[in-house]
Amino acid sequence: MSELSVNHLLGIKHLNKEDIQLILDTAAQFKEVINRPIKKVPTLRDITIANLFFENSTRTRLSFELAEKRLSADVVNFSAASSSVKKGETLVDTVNNILAMKVDMVVMRHPNPGTGEFLSQHVDASIVNAGDGAHEHPTQALLDAFSIREAVGTLEGTKVAIVGDIVHSRVALSNVLLLQKMGAEVMVCGPSTLVPKYMHTLGVKVEYDIQKAIEWCDVANMLRVQHERQDIKYFPSIAEYRAQYGLTMEHLDGLEKPITIMHPGPINRGVEITSEVADSEHSIILNQVENGVAVRMAVLYLLAEKRKLNKE
Amino acid sequence: MSKREIIDARELNIALNRLCCKLIENHGDFSNSILIGLQPRGGQVVDRLVKLLKETYGVAEVRTGKLDITFFRDDFRRRPGHLQPNRTQIDHLVEDQRVVFVDDVLYTGRSIRAAMDAILSYGRPAKMELLTLIDRRFSRDLPIQPDYKGRQVDSIASQRVEVLWEEVDGRDAVLLTENPS
Repeated sequence: MSELSVNHLLGIKHLNKEDIQLILDTAAQFKEVINRPIKKVPTLRDITIANLFFENSTRTRLSFELAEKRLSADVVNFSAASSSVKKGETLVDTVNNILAMKVDMVVMRHPNPGTGEFLSQHVDASIVNAGDGAHEHPTQALLDAFSIREAVGTLEGTKVAIVGDIVHSRVALSNVLLLQKMGAEVMVCGPSTLVPKYMHTLGVKVEYDIQKAIEWCDVANMLRVQHERQDIKYFPSIAEYRAQYGLTMEHLDGLEKPITIMHPGPINRGVEITSEVADSEHSIILNQVENGVAVRMAVLYLLAEKRKLNKE
Repeated sequence: MSKREIIDARELNIALNRLCCKLIENHGDFSNSILIGLQPRGGQVVDRLVKLLKETYGVAEVRTGKLDITFFRDDFRRRPGHLQPNRTQIDHLVEDQRVVFVDDVLYTGRSIRAAMDAILSYGRPAKMELLTLIDRRFSRDLPIQPDYKGRQVDSIASQRVEVLWEEVDGRDAVLLTENPS
């Protein structure tokens, strides 16, 4: 098998099917590694990685940091709140200053879409996009795909419904792009105010009735209502949202087929999903978290491999 | 690219039988021993040895595993192309066990160095040994020598030694391949 076709992971948009297959297959080997008594391998011991988080994150940041440490990379962390960004430094200057300390790779989360792409054109480091605004969150989509493959067996032909706040979700876009590239059927479901108007042009089904979506799909990926990104009111009240789009056991009880429930976290229990469903045997939410570390290890490993040591 | 058969099926079978006898001398009933095949080609040797040990020599049970050493290699980012990891399967505790690494061809010894590193992720074996079907003499980069060897082969750096197995390649043989420079 050949190596990745890209030097950065900026979005699923830039990956081809072979790249995705390679990342998922490599992640399967790393999942074995992180279940060993000693969960660390020395592979990236000569690589230094900077985690630049210009936006809050708990699980993605922890997951990346753990992945980096399990690969024996040196890690430096940076958060916007306590940095010179507040003093007016530009992004390229900030990153170049960090790279002057001999950093090889940058994992970045930023509130503005396209930041990773911009940075990749201006600095000499491998960039991993850990979420750029409402644009893309490629490692989340990869770990979701890995988890689906693990739970269902294949992505090809699997029916996946993405339910909830689609318009503010970078997870939704990355998931749609990835699942389509791997031959899955995708449906989005949510209140019409939270589903982008041109969603159907991506070739996905659009459904406004959650019961119909649940009956159609093999896998339901429940997205969080992103209150922090909602500048205007998109639905009358939380209670209304819960009544219309909250996933409950009643939705699942009548089903005559197996269904897998996913959630990228953090969960608003009792809003988009009830505790009963989140903790049920259908849910693979905690598997997703475990798989996240393995998938990120695979991404870092494969990108690091592209940075060959120049022997000349 | 020229290929020359240097060991045929009969000679290979004799070598495998001799290896089994030596293993039995040192490991008895194998109750504290684990044979670990190094991926990707060591597993075939393990399978053959176990088959012989059980069917010909009456050994009741031999514990085995497969170890992939990709993430422990010392040439990551130093060689062109992609290093493809393989499945690791170690279902037995290696702590305080006698581990025998099994591979088809021993060349520079670097894979074995990586394997010794990798196995420590699973525990601390009481002893590590090395069995190789083919030992390419005078080609080591590291101070590593096999405890059990099937056959020694003299070869130069531009040549490749390839072991074929009936189960996967259609016949048992060892080939010496000349790579055009």
